[in-house]
Amino acid sequence: MSGWERFTDAFFNAKVMEKYLPDILAGMVLTIELAIAVVISGLLAGLLLALVRSLGIRPLNWLIIFVVDLFRSLPPLVVIVLIYFGLPSAGFSPSAFVSTWLSLALVLMAFAEEIFWAGIVSTPKGQWEAARSTGLSFVQTLLHVILPQALRLTIAPLTNRTIAITKGTALGTVVALHEILGMASSAMSNSYNPSPLMMGAAAYLVLFLPVVVAARWVETRFSWKR
Amino acid sequence: MEEIVQSFFNREIAEAALPIVLAGLLNTILLSLLVVPLGLLGGLLLALFAQSRNPVVRWPLMAWVDFFRAFPPLVLLVLLFAGLPFAGVELGGFTCVAIAFFLNTGAYYGEILRAGIESIPRGQVEAARSTGLSGVQSMTYIVLPQAVRNVLPDLLSNTLEVVKLTSLGSVVAVPELLYQARQAQSVTYNATPIVMAAVIYFLILWPVVRLLSRLENRALAGRA
Repeated sequence: MSGWERFTDAFFNAKVMEKYLPDILAGMVLTIELAIAVVISGLLAGLLLALVRSLGIRPLNWLIIFVVDLFRSLPPLVVIVLIYFGLPSAGFSPSAFVSTWLSLALVLMAFAEEIFWAGIVSTPKGQWEAARSTGLSFVQTLLHVILPQALRLTIAPLTNRTIAITKGTALGTVVALHEILGMASSAMSNSYNPSPLMMGAAAYLVLFLPVVVAARWVETRFSWKR
Repeated sequence: MEEIVQSFFNREIAEAALPIVLAGLLNTILLSLLVVPLGLLGGLLLALFAQSRNPVVRWPLMAWVDFFRAFPPLVLLVLLFAGLPFAGVELGGFTCVAIAFFLNTGAYYGEILRAGIESIPRGQVEAARSTGLSGVQSMTYIVLPQAVRNVLPDLLSNTLEVVKLTSLGSVVAVPELLYQARQAQSVTYNATPIVMAAVIYFLILWPVVRLLSRLENRALAGRA
């Protein structure tokens, strides 16, 4: 066998790939489910926190700032490990899926709150005053005047951050979640062949490369005008 | 309540685990001191080459950057650590982390620095060149200092992410903070060491997060 054949036999072994394709596909489904859950809950929670923060209740705002800072400074993997291996000692044993989802959603929530808040703050005060003086209520002003402008401003930084955090679904492997990387790793040790890992890598590219390319477009479309 | 204190803030275990966890902290700091300059260097190279107007240079670079933005760093790390040995290349966990970070964070730093360089008007380069500075000199003395200042918040924010990312080293047995804490946890059957690691991460990185939050708010407000 030539060197090249040995290489393809190890890394692109058709037999092994065929055998483990269903596993990798199942991992992809789980990764997609997890990613959607993280993005929706994380962004919504972040927006909610930013809205609550705009009410200007001092002690509540301190709490929000603390929580946001906490999840911005902790590595996501540390949060996952803490929830999965730590919480059972407190009598609550979340599954691998719930631990990973909760951790990543909290981290995304923190970053999203910060970005939404920056967007809200960046709207000039005069707009608040003008809107309120026309008879709009606080909530109406927020919904119809401030948020539409603030959200537009936040789209580019939010997209990048969301992609970076969603890629973190791979961290679920550490707590034995059967997402793409987890499936690929166990298939690799079962078959003693790295082909499943190559499939896993390809699966990530299939999922995330279109998102990254779309983000590039979004970035230029909604970029901050200098 | 008593039980929670026992399993999360256990004093005896904290005292016993402290040397182990601190050794991990030292490695996390050393690892960061290695991977941040490495990533910056990779990013600078990418950003400089991206200035080329030749599409044969530009397109592969863009593909390279997008590839690593789409690829989870942990997958890259596992590929290097568990995949490469099948090709007869066995690298230690530490080397794998260094290479993976060079590739992954280099792409992110590269995008930031590219945006910085492109924020400097072309007229400045033309003016610099017309005073007799060479291309390299005008890049080094005129463009880069201003470019870096323009994107300083983004650079800082990415550096924060890189330092947090060093926790991935625990997956390939690099004895950094998280790895050490998990070792201590598995020996003691108690979550206290992991809480300690989390507290250490928080105490070290919180000031950076505060600073960033200020810089970001100011940046966004200035652009509205």
